[in-house]
Amino acid sequence: MSNAAAAAPLSQRRRIDPLPFLRSAATSLLLLAVFWALWEGYKWLGERVGIDWPFTVNERTMPHVHEMFGQLFEPSRRNGPLLIDVLADAALFTAREAAVGFALGATIGFAIAVVLSESRLLQRGFLPYIVASQTIPILAIAPMVVIWINPKLPDPLAGWGAVAVIAAYLTFFPVAINTLRGLTSVDPRAVELMRSYAAGRWSILWKLRAPASLPYLFTALKIAAPAAVVGAIIGELPSSIQDGLAGAILNFNQYYVTSPPSLWATNIVAAAVGILFFAVVAVAERLVVRRAPENVA
Amino acid sequence: MTEAAAAAVSIRGVSKRFERGNVLALDAIDLDIGPGEFVSLIGPSGCGKSTLLRVIGDLVQPTEGEALVNGKDAHRARLDRDYGIVFQDAVLYDWRTVARNIGLPLELAGWDRGRRTERVAEMLGLVELEGFADHHPWQLSGGMQQRVSIARALSFSPALLLMDEPFGALDEMTRERLNGELLRIWHELGATVVFVTHSIAESVFLSTRVVVMSARPGRIAGIVEVDLPQPRGPETREHPRFAEHITEVRRLLRSGGMEGL
Repeated sequence: MSNAAAAAPLSQRRRIDPLPFLRSAATSLLLLAVFWALWEGYKWLGERVGIDWPFTVNERTMPHVHEMFGQLFEPSRRNGPLLIDVLADAALFTAREAAVGFALGATIGFAIAVVLSESRLLQRGFLPYIVASQTIPILAIAPMVVIWINPKLPDPLAGWGAVAVIAAYLTFFPVAINTLRGLTSVDPRAVELMRSYAAGRWSILWKLRAPASLPYLFTALKIAAPAAVVGAIIGELPSSIQDGLAGAILNFNQYYVTSPPSLWATNIVAAAVGILFFAVVAVAERLVVRRAPENVA
Repeated sequence: MTEAAAAAVSIRGVSKRFERGNVLALDAIDLDIGPGEFVSLIGPSGCGKSTLLRVIGDLVQPTEGEALVNGKDAHRARLDRDYGIVFQDAVLYDWRTVARNIGLPLELAGWDRGRRTERVAEMLGLVELEGFADHHPWQLSGGMQQRVSIARALSFSPALLLMDEPFGALDEMTRERLNGELLRIWHELGATVVFVTHSIAESVFLSTRVVVMSARPGRIAGIVEVDLPQPRGPETREHPRFAEHITEVRRLLRSGGMEGL
């Protein structure tokens, strides 16, 4: 037992110290600056000495970082809206698909984990198929999902509902596997204690197994959140959806020769959506999971 | 009233064979424990003392025989919440405060919040942890955690307390202090205690009877009636009969196959 420490006064319990937070934020910014410097340094050197392996360094392959960000505030086409406005709309569209898919996948994943945790037989029977589901390339099943689901969708979901399902397909797997692990990792004596209080299966699940599995669940959600965004973008491709980030990526890919920074700017926005999803889950974890400090990842 | 109904715990011909390894952990154990008794089970590791405790608690099913608690079969007694159990580790829930850990059995028993709060405060007083209600388990020392675990086991006022080496993981000084506290609580509540230990001194100090077990298969090697005066305190360890009882227990352990004692 590692917690022989004397009881800390209550006031010190859940206070969030600003200093470590500022420090980690400063570290992140510093790393960003280092990455920027490395990019620009390699570009400068590459253009000077003519690096052509693994790729030729020039204005087209490696635009300036400030150009990528600067492009966001240029018109997306002649007399058109700013690129950042176009991308913000696309990001919002994709984020909606990803968020709905994430919620759907997390719910299904959790439900699967609960069912499998209650029966070892089901666990043995079903787990191989759940694993197998993830070996099918998402690009192979995405068109089928679109064909199956799209015609049946009610109006508000029309078009993007199928993409949410594809995002859910990528989300449920880590959630199911990790939550199952969490639900079954409970100390056997904790279960005996619950039985000594005459607790039934249901109470043991909700008062013991589920709370004990929360750290596992949140680890899975942190993996799944950016994956849901990637899933949504990939799902948009076979669905021929133009309004999301996939449409923007395809579009600016075509015009890469004339305007490389536009595609880079799109990638930055797509990455930002993924990071935002991760951050939301991370904040939720801080609010929900209360554990011994040494157990916090 | 039959004799079985009068006993707090009545063990009738209980045998337990574990399928894995085909081990006979308990061999035809008979034991009656009267209401208000403090009975220790002591023996070498593998003598089945923890298994016997779990049979009483309906956490392990005997292969043969039966255990009765308050005249009911162990299963009925478990569902009626007739006993509280304490393990070697406190097994507290990290995500619950001390108060909510102690209140968990009451929550499961359907007590409303007001009664729960009242009862939890009472239990915190009993184990002398007033002021720690809102702490989390990981903020407490090992000894304090074990006191929370005892408070939790007693929260719903079970007539029987089952303890499986509850102080085995604590240092000697904390253990002796908690021994004293346990006796005080036992006197205050008048509960029956079945206490598994591998400390001879602890078993003699605490118990009204020490049941000495032998290993493989687990049998009762003998029972020592401890007639040290009550209430007991630090002076009990210096009582001349204390050393004599320790010798008796040690002899029985040796006769049960513990060489070199």
